[in-house]
Amino acid sequence: MFDLTRLLQTLTDALSLGSLYALIAIGYTMVYGVLRLINFAHGEIFMIAMYIVFYGVSMFAMPWYVTFLVTILVTALLGTAAERLAYRPLRSAPRISSLVSAIGVSYFLQNLATVIFGGRPLTFPQIELFTDVLVIGDVYIQRLSLIVPVVTAVLLLMLLFLIKRTRTGMAMRAVSRDYDAASLMGIDLNKTIAITFFIGSALAGVGAIMWGMKYTRISPTIGSMPGIKCFIAAVLGGIGNTAGAVLGGLLIGFIEIVTVALVPELSGYRDAFAFIVLIVVLLVKPTGLLGEKTTEKV
Amino acid sequence: MAKMKKRSVILSILLLAVLVLVLFLIDGHASKYIIRITRLCAINIILALSMNLVQGFTGIFSLGHAGFMAIGAYSVALLTIPVAKKETIFMLEPLIAPLNTLTLPFGVALIIGGLLAAAVAFFIGLPCLRLRGDYLAIATLGFSEIIRILITNAQSLTNGAQGLKSIPKTADVWWCYGIALLTIVFIALLISSSHGRALKAIREDEIAAESMGISLLRHKMLSFMISAFLAAVGGGLYASYIGTIGPDVFQISRTYDILMIVVMGGMGSITGSVMAAFIVTIGQEWLRVLDGPLPFLSFWPENGVAGMRMVVFSLLLLVVILFFRNGLFGHKELTWSSIGNRLSRLAGHKPAKEVNGHE
Repeated sequence: MFDLTRLLQTLTDALSLGSLYALIAIGYTMVYGVLRLINFAHGEIFMIAMYIVFYGVSMFAMPWYVTFLVTILVTALLGTAAERLAYRPLRSAPRISSLVSAIGVSYFLQNLATVIFGGRPLTFPQIELFTDVLVIGDVYIQRLSLIVPVVTAVLLLMLLFLIKRTRTGMAMRAVSRDYDAASLMGIDLNKTIAITFFIGSALAGVGAIMWGMKYTRISPTIGSMPGIKCFIAAVLGGIGNTAGAVLGGLLIGFIEIVTVALVPELSGYRDAFAFIVLIVVLLVKPTGLLGEKTTEKV
Repeated sequence: MAKMKKRSVILSILLLAVLVLVLFLIDGHASKYIIRITRLCAINIILALSMNLVQGFTGIFSLGHAGFMAIGAYSVALLTIPVAKKETIFMLEPLIAPLNTLTLPFGVALIIGGLLAAAVAFFIGLPCLRLRGDYLAIATLGFSEIIRILITNAQSLTNGAQGLKSIPKTADVWWCYGIALLTIVFIALLISSSHGRALKAIREDEIAAESMGISLLRHKMLSFMISAFLAAVGGGLYASYIGTIGPDVFQISRTYDILMIVVMGGMGSITGSVMAAFIVTIGQEWLRVLDGPLPFLSFWPENGVAGMRMVVFSLLLLVVILFFRNGLFGHKELTWSSIGNRLSRLAGHKPAKEVNGHE
């Protein structure tokens, strides 16, 4: 029943889905690291990125590489703008206020997308270079399924270099370690936080492009489920930890795909797995797999 | 002080009498559309108060309301739809026994739905209520989605994605406002009890509250379960109000709609939630203009822009949280003496000394 072909097929599916989750989860974990805020709007920014690609390639017939660049840039700016307009004014407010604000941005973007792009699902443009199917033996693999993990790995390495080896990265680490002390040491908080949002949202843009090509259907609500799951992935890996987010994303991807492959009757409950993982993690190891232990001081 | 208290009681009774009179007039003379909105206001009061109990008074940022509403709505639907109708609704798979031959009075169904939701809240609360702040938000939101996924998949119990129709429209103005009033009184009594004070202490500082001997989990759990009960009652009324339900009705956006009311009224204010329920419900209806044609704007599409209303609505949520973070009343309540003070200040008198300790 479970031969080698199906095993390979399942594993590549899991790896590519997991890598996509990982890319989006990085954005959550970075923002949570510096602001201690669940950026609810992250999933919606991911969704809007898909529509930009759709309009670029299908409507305006732009070459795919131009569209991709524009998409990543616009997405990054959108995330930064959300921070500037909706989160920064509330930075000193109770955390619940910024959480409500994040929910507001997410709800706003979703409703705006429904008005601008229409509520009916659209079909994402197929770019042959990526969506070609390779036949290796009996295994059918979309070229994309191999590209996705590579792109994720490269971006992760670049990001880790940025965080560990550059001054900007050092500033980001300082802000996430101790917000007030960082600002006392002369770190420009606003700039550092803006850069964090820029990078996180750009990665969501990259994720969106590949997600769109892989799963082809886009709608204004497409971002909310992956969004929540990727936040869970970030928690699973240890929130605030970039490599942890990637690990968490991969794990969630594997859990979803492999469970459904083993027990097909559960396919209707696929979206529930991540939440069960979340509850288990928070009960067993609330700091996540790679997270550091923190205690709340009185 | 005793005189003021007596005056407040008399004024409250007067207000209640006026309200009953207005409802009587609306029920008898207003158009069907006005009656519908009037009922929806009351349902939103119940839902907002139930959310305010956990978010505003206990400081638990729970986002599971849509799920509890769904439990209440499906309970009411399954227990009140006439047996003959049930056979025609459940086409794909028959409804399981004994629900297929059972119908109960509306009130009983509401209570059963509420109790069921409270029981579910107990099991959700066991893991979730140990979590802090935003983790709890995500976990409760997750459970709300899981409830929806279970409903979508349980074909022989909920009719899956096809949903349930022909729910008797028992929830008239009197049902809705009767229960809304009960909810207001109940929450007000609860908040001023020692249990309510414990909740507020938890909201202000968990660690301090715990060191004062307040059992965090017990109080949070009770608050969470009561909130779930009320949300389910609100959901049951809502099911009877719209007549047709499906899993899509109880998406996360339902929770956000209630959140808007709570934030606007002020987290931790009963009167705030009540007033905001009216403002938001009527406002949302009023915003429907935006979905239609606007002849005075030349650039507006001729057939209107469907969904524009929700864009403006969500923008309003942002404006409220960014610029009026405390909502209408913050933690405060609108009381007769506070109105009196305001009025006498307007008239140029020195304000009477604040006597009541409402905060």
